[in-house]
Amino acid sequence: MKHFLGFVKKEFHHIFRDRRTLIILFGIPVAQMLLFGYIITTEVKDARIAILDHSKDETTRKIIDKLASSGYFIIAKYLSHEQEIADCFRQGTVKEVVVFEPDFARKLQNEKMASVHLIADASDANSANLVVNYTGAVINDFIAKENKSSAMPLQIITEPRMLYNPELKGVYMFVPGTMAMILVLICALLTSVSIVREKELGTMEVLLVSPLNPLQIVLGKVTPYIFLSFVNVITILLLSNFVFGLPVRGSITLLLAESFLFISLALSLGILISSSTSSQQMAMVASMLGLMLPSILLSGFIFPIDNMPGWIQWICYINPTTYFIVILKNIMLKGLGFMSVWKETAILAGITMFLLVVSTKKFKVRLD
Amino acid sequence: MRTILFILQKEFIQIRRNRMMLPVIFVIPLIQLLILVNAANMEMKHIRICIVDNDLSSSSRLITGKFSNSKFFTVQGHTFSMEEAQRQIENGRADMVLHIPEGFERNMIRENKAKAQLLFNAINGTVAGISNAYAAQIIAGANREIIMEWYGNSETQAGAAAINIIPSFWYNPDMNYKIFMVPAILVLLVTLIGMMLATLNIVREKEMGNIEQINVTPIRKIHFITGKLLPFWIIALVMLAFGLLIGKLIYNIPMLGSLPLLFVVAGIYLLAMLGFGLMISNSAATQQQAMFVMFFFILIFIMMSGIFTPTDSMPNWAQTINYLNPVSYFMRIIRMILLKGSGFMDILKDFTILLCYGITVITLAVFCYRKVS
Repeated sequence: MKHFLGFVKKEFHHIFRDRRTLIILFGIPVAQMLLFGYIITTEVKDARIAILDHSKDETTRKIIDKLASSGYFIIAKYLSHEQEIADCFRQGTVKEVVVFEPDFARKLQNEKMASVHLIADASDANSANLVVNYTGAVINDFIAKENKSSAMPLQIITEPRMLYNPELKGVYMFVPGTMAMILVLICALLTSVSIVREKELGTMEVLLVSPLNPLQIVLGKVTPYIFLSFVNVITILLLSNFVFGLPVRGSITLLLAESFLFISLALSLGILISSSTSSQQMAMVASMLGLMLPSILLSGFIFPIDNMPGWIQWICYINPTTYFIVILKNIMLKGLGFMSVWKETAILAGITMFLLVVSTKKFKVRLD
Repeated sequence: MRTILFILQKEFIQIRRNRMMLPVIFVIPLIQLLILVNAANMEMKHIRICIVDNDLSSSSRLITGKFSNSKFFTVQGHTFSMEEAQRQIENGRADMVLHIPEGFERNMIRENKAKAQLLFNAINGTVAGISNAYAAQIIAGANREIIMEWYGNSETQAGAAAINIIPSFWYNPDMNYKIFMVPAILVLLVTLIGMMLATLNIVREKEMGNIEQINVTPIRKIHFITGKLLPFWIIALVMLAFGLLIGKLIYNIPMLGSLPLLFVVAGIYLLAMLGFGLMISNSAATQQQAMFVMFFFILIFIMMSGIFTPTDSMPNWAQTINYLNPVSYFMRIIRMILLKGSGFMDILKDFTILLCYGITVITLAVFCYRKVS
């Protein structure tokens, strides 16, 4: 035990004496959290659209005003010919063109039906879909209001209630994901170089001849980083609460305990990478390349897992970040207790144990 | 010129001798390209709905029937208790609840209006908003049918006007999100690898102590930087070509524009990114530091590039910062050239900015490198 404590102390010295890395380490999560909290959102806001109005009557003008004042769109251009649509799209200046058919108001009045053509630049299918949906919603809302004023019989009134996030703020969705992503990347990057660095600099020999066993070396390497990462967890949680107004509706103790579990997992993952590579370069390339995009794309952070093809969903379910995001949302936003996340917790704990055992086994006590 | 060739030779030998590196930088990206492309789907289908129909009248059945037939909704279950339905939302089994209270049809006939309640899990505000719009549309449709049933088929009596919304999706009528994601993810992978290798390069020599040997040679600064840059530049371009080929073969991505133009732009873009990496490498003391600094920038570049989330909806200050983000320019250009067939004139502005960017970065990288320690 005494040996172990000495080793941990040595590791702490290593970290604290490297001032630059330390500053980077605490600065990065804060800066990224602040930036991403504001910029990552799938909401449609100020999307640039163009109008091609063949009718130019009062109703179409009302609809255009409504689109412009909705906050979703900026009307960037008024076109006068069908041919101009292709030019607009090729230059990438607008995302959608709204085309009103001739005699729009008259048809709406007499035939009770008029057509709007929404032409979207679907080279980005996702955002085209969103923009068309939003435009449709604004137009439908307009016609519903018009109908209401003309006293219709047998009306069905729908009352939507938005649970957990009544103002439909984007941060509720993206802050938990950002937290998980930053934590897993920082933690894994941190520890992935720790063992391999000693190998590369030739100091591994000294460690191997010491009375410490592999498990102690691995744990000793992780321990200081657990403290550092935990400080990061707390800063991130404080930021999300005070800057982005995310509530913590559930138990804070539980939230901290789960975060602790998650950083241990990420750190063990780093250790595994570290003990299976031979140079710092390799370790970093592997952890960055292997973790960055999957933790963004395969975790339900931005893209809902339900939408993915079946076999991709399976990959998402071996990605620990997925579970942590669920845990964060359940505890922070839904205010649920441990019973709602025990399964996810058990899985995270299981993966952590597995990673620690494998990296200890992989740890070679002899130099090649 | 000969000096550069020697440095190039040295760098290539170094890369080739590193047995693990080459497979890693080719295989990991390839696998990711194949997998990740499928994941980036924002299309709203299968919104899971839990129906609480306490009225069980013909009108309420008409409404619930419309939901089960809609391609946007998947009926997750029926129940008679709101608590049970709410629990379904809590534990994530349903995304929304439709509640038709008892006496719905009676109210509609007697008081001319009836209320139906919709409950959404709104943590993802965008999805909740769109689900609400779809649901409202379905209910409005059902409402029209009910009115027609009561008042006969004459439309004038029904009185409700409707606007027929016809969407059409240009360049990609099947709404295949993959053809957009293949170029985007490819750009990310190529950037990540090129920049990572460049970033770790000089600082590695520093950390190992080899840099002194180079510093005492008559190599000029510009030669040194060129020699360090070129190998990774070539690797990145080869990867891009390889990735495009895979995209074409497996996902059949369209290539409407000119490929030579694309590669010219890619070359300039990579020059800027790799030069940026070398700058980081120059100023860092250890590989770990260099890596963290690069991680900081690359993640910001990626998240702001408009590949996962639209750049239009970012706040104005973020859009201003984004003018400094080379990834966002190239992301836009590659999409325009491949998917829309944009020509040189269409991308002129972005191209010029990227070119200036590249020249500035390379000049800075040469300028920042010090042979004197």
